[in-house]
Amino acid sequence: MGSLKGGMRLPVAQKSRVTSDNRCKRGFFEIAASMSGCSFWAIWLRNGRVWKKHVLATLIGNLGQPLLFLLAMGYGLGRDMGLVDGLTYLQFIAPGLVASSVMYSAALETTYGSYTRLTVQKTYEAILMTPLGVVDLVLGEIVWGASKGVLAGIIMLLALPLFGVVPSPWVVLLLPVLFLSGMFFSACGLIMTALAKNYDFFNYFTSLVITPLFLFSGIFFPVQTMAPTVRGLLEMLPLTPIVSLARILCYGRFGEPVLLKIFGSLLATGCAVWLAGYLLRRRLIQ
Amino acid sequence: MTQTTAQQELIPDAPDSQAVVSVTGLTKRFGDRLVVDNISFAIRRGQCVGFLGPNGAGKTTSINMLLGLVEKNAGEIRIFDLEAPRFHREIKGRIGVVPQADSLDPDLSVEENLRTYAGYFRIPRRIARERVEELLHFFALHNRRDEIIEHLSGGQRRRLLLARALINEPELLILDEPTIGLDPQARHLIWERLAILQAQGTTMLLTSHYLDEVARLSQQVLILDHGQVVVQGEPQQLITDFVGLEVFEVDGTGGELDALEALFKQCNATLERVGDKLYVYAREDCSRLEKVLGTAGSWVRRPANLEDLFIQLTGRSLRES
Repeated sequence: MGSLKGGMRLPVAQKSRVTSDNRCKRGFFEIAASMSGCSFWAIWLRNGRVWKKHVLATLIGNLGQPLLFLLAMGYGLGRDMGLVDGLTYLQFIAPGLVASSVMYSAALETTYGSYTRLTVQKTYEAILMTPLGVVDLVLGEIVWGASKGVLAGIIMLLALPLFGVVPSPWVVLLLPVLFLSGMFFSACGLIMTALAKNYDFFNYFTSLVITPLFLFSGIFFPVQTMAPTVRGLLEMLPLTPIVSLARILCYGRFGEPVLLKIFGSLLATGCAVWLAGYLLRRRLIQ
Repeated sequence: MTQTTAQQELIPDAPDSQAVVSVTGLTKRFGDRLVVDNISFAIRRGQCVGFLGPNGAGKTTSINMLLGLVEKNAGEIRIFDLEAPRFHREIKGRIGVVPQADSLDPDLSVEENLRTYAGYFRIPRRIARERVEELLHFFALHNRRDEIIEHLSGGQRRRLLLARALINEPELLILDEPTIGLDPQARHLIWERLAILQAQGTTMLLTSHYLDEVARLSQQVLILDHGQVVVQGEPQQLITDFVGLEVFEVDGTGGELDALEALFKQCNATLERVGDKLYVYAREDCSRLEKVLGTAGSWVRRPANLEDLFIQLTGRSLRES
C-alpha cells in the first residue's frame, strides 16, 4: 500500500456520466473513425516497436537470399552470357530480385510472424479486447507486412549500384508498385495464417507458391519469348507483372503496356485482402 | 439472515444503480452443443459479480459474447445501455479485460506494453504517459519498467495484465481467473488493489475457481452449469438458503458414520457421505452435538461457505472428460 500514500492519484477516476445522446454521437464518431481507416495504425506501430528490437536479424533474413542470388546468378553465371532482352544478365535479373525480396519479406511476415501473434503470443486476442476489430487487425497486419516488404525492396535497390546497376529516376514510381505487391503477398500470407493448424502448414505455402513464383515469374528468363500458351500461363502469375514493371521502371524502358499490369495487380490485391479478412474473422470470432 | 437483509436494503434502487450490463435470453450453440442456454443476468454499477461454474459451464463463452469474440445465436446484450455487438467499438473502449491466458507482448518491456495498449484505445500520448506512470506505481512495477516480460515473475505479469486492463480507465472490469497460479503473497497484493478499485466504484465481473477469492470480492454471485444459470444472488444469503449455517466434517469408518448419521437426524441438517467422510450441513445451531462427536474420530466444525454452495448446486462429479 506504501506506493499509494502522499496523495497519489488512483488510476481509475469515476468518469462523469455521459448522456445517452452523447454516447450515440461518440459511437457514430468511433465508427466513422474506423471507416476512415486510421485505427489500424496502432497495430502497425506495435509491430514496428517489436521489429526495432530485432532489426538486424530480420533484415539479414529477408535480404540475404536475393543478394546472394544476385551475386551467384548475375555475377557468377551472367559473366559468360550474352545480352538478354538487351541487358546484361545481372541487369536483367536485378529488378526481379528486388520484387522477389518484397514478396519474401511480406509473405514471411504474415505467415510465421502473424501466426506467432495469433497463437503463441495471443496478441490478436489482446487487441480484440480493445476498440479495435478484426478489420483493423487485418489491415494493420497487411500494411505492416507490405511496409516491411517495401523496406526490403528499397534496401535491395540501394545495394544495386554495388553491382554496377544504376536505376533510372523512374524507379521512384516503382515504390508504390512494390507496396501494392507487398499488400498482395502479405494478404496471401495472412490467408495461410488463418487456415494454419501449425507452423509446418507454411511449408506448403513456401514450397508450392512462393518458390515457384520466384522461379517462374520472369526474374531469371524472359517470359515474352516463351511459347504462347506457356507465356499466357506465366503472365497470369501474380509476381510476373510486378517483375516486368520493376524492369520497366528500373531502366525507364517503356515498351510494354503498363496499365493492364497495374489494374490486374490492384484487383488481385483487393480480392486477397478481402479473403484474408473473411478467413481471419472466421478463425477469431466463433 | 437479518444482517443480509439489511445489507440488501443498503443498495438503493435509485436510477443511478442502473445496470451496467444487462443480458436477456443469451444463447449460443457450437454445432449441436448448446453451450449457453438462455441465460439472463444484470450487473449493477459499482457491484462485483462473481461468475462461477464448473469447467465447460459456459462462463468463458458468455464473457466472450459480451466482448464480441463469440457471436450470439439469440438474446440481447446491453452494456452501458448500448446494444452489443452493434456498438462494440464504443463499448470495448469503456471495458477493461484481464484475460486468463497471458497475452502480454513478450518482446516489449513493461512500460512499452502499457504504452502500446494505450495506443489501441487511441489515448493521446501525453495522457497515456501519465496513466502508465500511475499504473506502474499502483501495481508496484515502477522498478521493473524496462524489464522484458520474459524476466518477470508470474505475479508481476498478472499485475501488469491488470494495469494494462486499467489503461483506459474502464467503467467495467472483466477479470478471468485473475490470480490463477500465483503464490499467496501475490494473490493478496492483487486482492488489495482490486479492493481499492472497488472502493472507487469500478464495476467488476469476476470468474474464478478460487471461491475464497470470489467470496472476498463479490457482492453478487451467479452460478452457471450446463449453460444455464443455476442460481444468482447475494452469496451469504445463497449459502444460508441452500447449504445452511455451518458444516461438520467428520472422518470415520462406515459403522461409526452410520451411527453418527442417526444422531444428526435430531438436528435440522442435511447429510452427505463422500467415501470415509460425513458432511453435515446444519440449518440450525447444532452445538449440542459436539459432545457426542468429541469421542468420535477426527472432525471439524466450520461456517458454511461458497464452496459448499457450489458443490451443493453443481455436484461432485468431474466435468473434464
